[in-house]
Amino acid sequence: MHATQAREAREGARLEMRGIRKSFGATVALDDVHLEVRAGEVCALVGQNGAGKSTLMAILAGALTPDAGTMRLDGRPFAPDDPLAAREAGVAMIHQEPSLAPHLTVMENIVLGVEPTRGPLAIVDRARMRQIAEAALADLGHTDIAADTPAADLSPAAQQLVEIARALASGCRILVLDEPTSSLAHDDVRRLFELIGRLKQQGNAIVYISHFIEEVKQVSDRFVVLRDGRHAGSGTTADARSEDIVSLMVGRGVDVLYPRQPRAPGEVVLQLDEVMPGAATLAVRRGEVVGIAGLLGAGRTRLLRTVFGLEPVKSGRIVVAAQSGGAHPRDRWRQGLGMLSEDRAGEGLARGLSVADNLTLSRLEPLGPRGIVLPSRQRATATKWIERLSIRCADERQPVAELSGGSQQKVAVGRLLHHDVDVLILDEPTKGIDVGSKAEIYRLIDDLVGRQKAVILVSSYFPELLGVCDRIAVMARGRLGPARGVEEWNEHSLLMEASGVRAS
Amino acid sequence: MERALAVDGSVGRPRVVARRRLAEETGVLLGLALVLALFGALVGPQFFRAANLELVARQTVIVCVAALGMTMVIVAGGIDLSVGSVVALSTVATALTLQSHGPALAAAGAIAAGAVCGAVNGLLVTQLRVVPFIVTLGTMLLVRGAAKGLADERRIEAPVTWLNSLLRTARDGSGLWLPTGIWITVVLALIVALTLRYTRFGRHLFAIGSSERTARLCGVRINRTKVAVYTIAGMLAALAGIMEFSKLSVGDPTVSIGLELDVIAAVIIGGGSLSGGKGSVVGTLAGAAIMAVIQIGCSQLGLPNWVQQIVTGSIIVGAVALDRIRS
Repeated sequence: MHATQAREAREGARLEMRGIRKSFGATVALDDVHLEVRAGEVCALVGQNGAGKSTLMAILAGALTPDAGTMRLDGRPFAPDDPLAAREAGVAMIHQEPSLAPHLTVMENIVLGVEPTRGPLAIVDRARMRQIAEAALADLGHTDIAADTPAADLSPAAQQLVEIARALASGCRILVLDEPTSSLAHDDVRRLFELIGRLKQQGNAIVYISHFIEEVKQVSDRFVVLRDGRHAGSGTTADARSEDIVSLMVGRGVDVLYPRQPRAPGEVVLQLDEVMPGAATLAVRRGEVVGIAGLLGAGRTRLLRTVFGLEPVKSGRIVVAAQSGGAHPRDRWRQGLGMLSEDRAGEGLARGLSVADNLTLSRLEPLGPRGIVLPSRQRATATKWIERLSIRCADERQPVAELSGGSQQKVAVGRLLHHDVDVLILDEPTKGIDVGSKAEIYRLIDDLVGRQKAVILVSSYFPELLGVCDRIAVMARGRLGPARGVEEWNEHSLLMEASGVRAS
Repeated sequence: MERALAVDGSVGRPRVVARRRLAEETGVLLGLALVLALFGALVGPQFFRAANLELVARQTVIVCVAALGMTMVIVAGGIDLSVGSVVALSTVATALTLQSHGPALAAAGAIAAGAVCGAVNGLLVTQLRVVPFIVTLGTMLLVRGAAKGLADERRIEAPVTWLNSLLRTARDGSGLWLPTGIWITVVLALIVALTLRYTRFGRHLFAIGSSERTARLCGVRINRTKVAVYTIAGMLAALAGIMEFSKLSVGDPTVSIGLELDVIAAVIIGGGSLSGGKGSVVGTLAGAAIMAVIQIGCSQLGLPNWVQQIVTGSIIVGAVALDRIRS
């Protein structure tokens, strides 16, 4: 080894993980993985679900002990016995979902566990607490967050900032951001990135975990790709093309990510006339994908839920394939509508139930005569969809909660296929799933419209909408705009429209 | 850490799944075998005489019948604290009807009264959107009060009919001639078990209990199903009341106070989860049997009541703790 290199590593690397290996039983989750982050650097850690990112970070956070390998923090050996030890050594994790104590105030959250005290009785020093909190928030450039607001009253974005402030106030040496943008709106994402830039300049070392390659390109200096528990590649972000990073992740090219066979839209199957909430007027035809773009909180989910009968129609008319009838979800299913919820864990799937039950729940009728559900038929049906959608599970009786995010989503989509609906309402179908599963869902959508099904696709991820849809309508401030052909849109114009900035 | 394991531990899964599935009901059955063996050893071989086992069955039959309904309610994520009161109301209704009509009509009347109580529970839960614990806490008092008012706060005497012999053994020596009440329970248990497992209604109960929002998304008629399940539970509680009447031979509005706790305990020991989506008839019956064996075993050993209560309490906590560890 070159002497200079060695010295550089010793001096520069804030965190060094070498030859990390971890197996669970016969499964090798990580094999000879290395990761290095310097002070003042953002290192992106990317990889599909199951690639080993979470395991690697669990080892860093002290939740798991590696079977082999070494870690160094600031050049000193680092082998935390438990999460507390790791935290005290300066490892701070910010997870996807905010984890603040909702009833405590911002400042109480920021000093949680390290409350400044006074006197022999260790009375909490509230003035000092406020000082620390306000200083930490000021460091982030967010003096707009009041120190005595209850955490529950803050937006998800603000809660995340408070978590970062907490990490900084506790003097963290290495900050890990795990999918930090998944619950943020566009504007907040931009501000988060600015903040990351500032933290970097202040000399913090940051690990940034994300599914979104665009984000990685935007925010990171270097990237490390994991695939199947191995180090698949790494490099300087500025020198790598997005396609290269994605290829490293999936191990193949991604030209086929958004397949598109020739489409021939047929008759209108779903017609919305001035539907409130949403002021939505939209006609959806067989054999086309209509996208609804918009920022978080624009009211897209609310509109879909209204269409599907999960929320009351305030005014307006919804006509499904010229069929009338009730608006209860049960009637909607009968009329040939099916909906995929954006809240997979809370609504989309009954997590305690088996794969088979979840797949068939909306339509148990064909599984037996008159109110009976024959297990043999249910098993056969479930097995069919498990194979067709290549859902990774032990068998059809496995509780759906034990599956990976991608497989869970396939179960939720499989339900619409089992029901054989004409109109598929998909609310954020690729949220939080790996690239491989995403590609499969895009292929499935293309295949469905090829068979004259209609798809309504709601997504916050504009490249996906542009890749998959035939027409896109933008929802902004609770109103749905007109649907226009995909060729009339690009990422820039979608964003302008969605954030209410009208061109001309 | 959990997340990491869930994502990356996929290959090692099948064996784990098989093991857990085996343990789902075997746990409580093993528990039953254990208490039987324990008391068998302590009391002596006479503990296993047919007559003694029949005593266990008779002792537990009232709890079992009510627990069948409770199992369905708990599977659907609900709870029904009013069963004890419904049992009391049912004994009163049976006795009052018997004074002027035949036993068949008396039984039908009692079951109808139970159905009304259950339907009221279901309607309050679904229409007021108040949690079932509170609703049924209210109706527990309400129904108890109604029973007392109906009976004028007295015991109601009634003429002797075949209803009085539901839990009586035909003494012709053979152990097979179990009391009618036990046969009724066995048949009902079979029906409820099959309903839970093999019908749309049953699958909907599991779905609602596991995730009500998912069930709604999938077009399950939540309100209708819930009213139905509480109504059925009310009818089963009333049937338990008829059996209680059979034991007492009078209508007594103050009987079965606190029975709902035994019933809930049976379901929980049997693997039911108060957060819904879990529970089985086999488990519930075994749970009820465990409590009955402890009760009878302790009394035959001459142990005081407080010992029995401590043992039963420990078993409830232990069963749930075991369930936690397993999952």
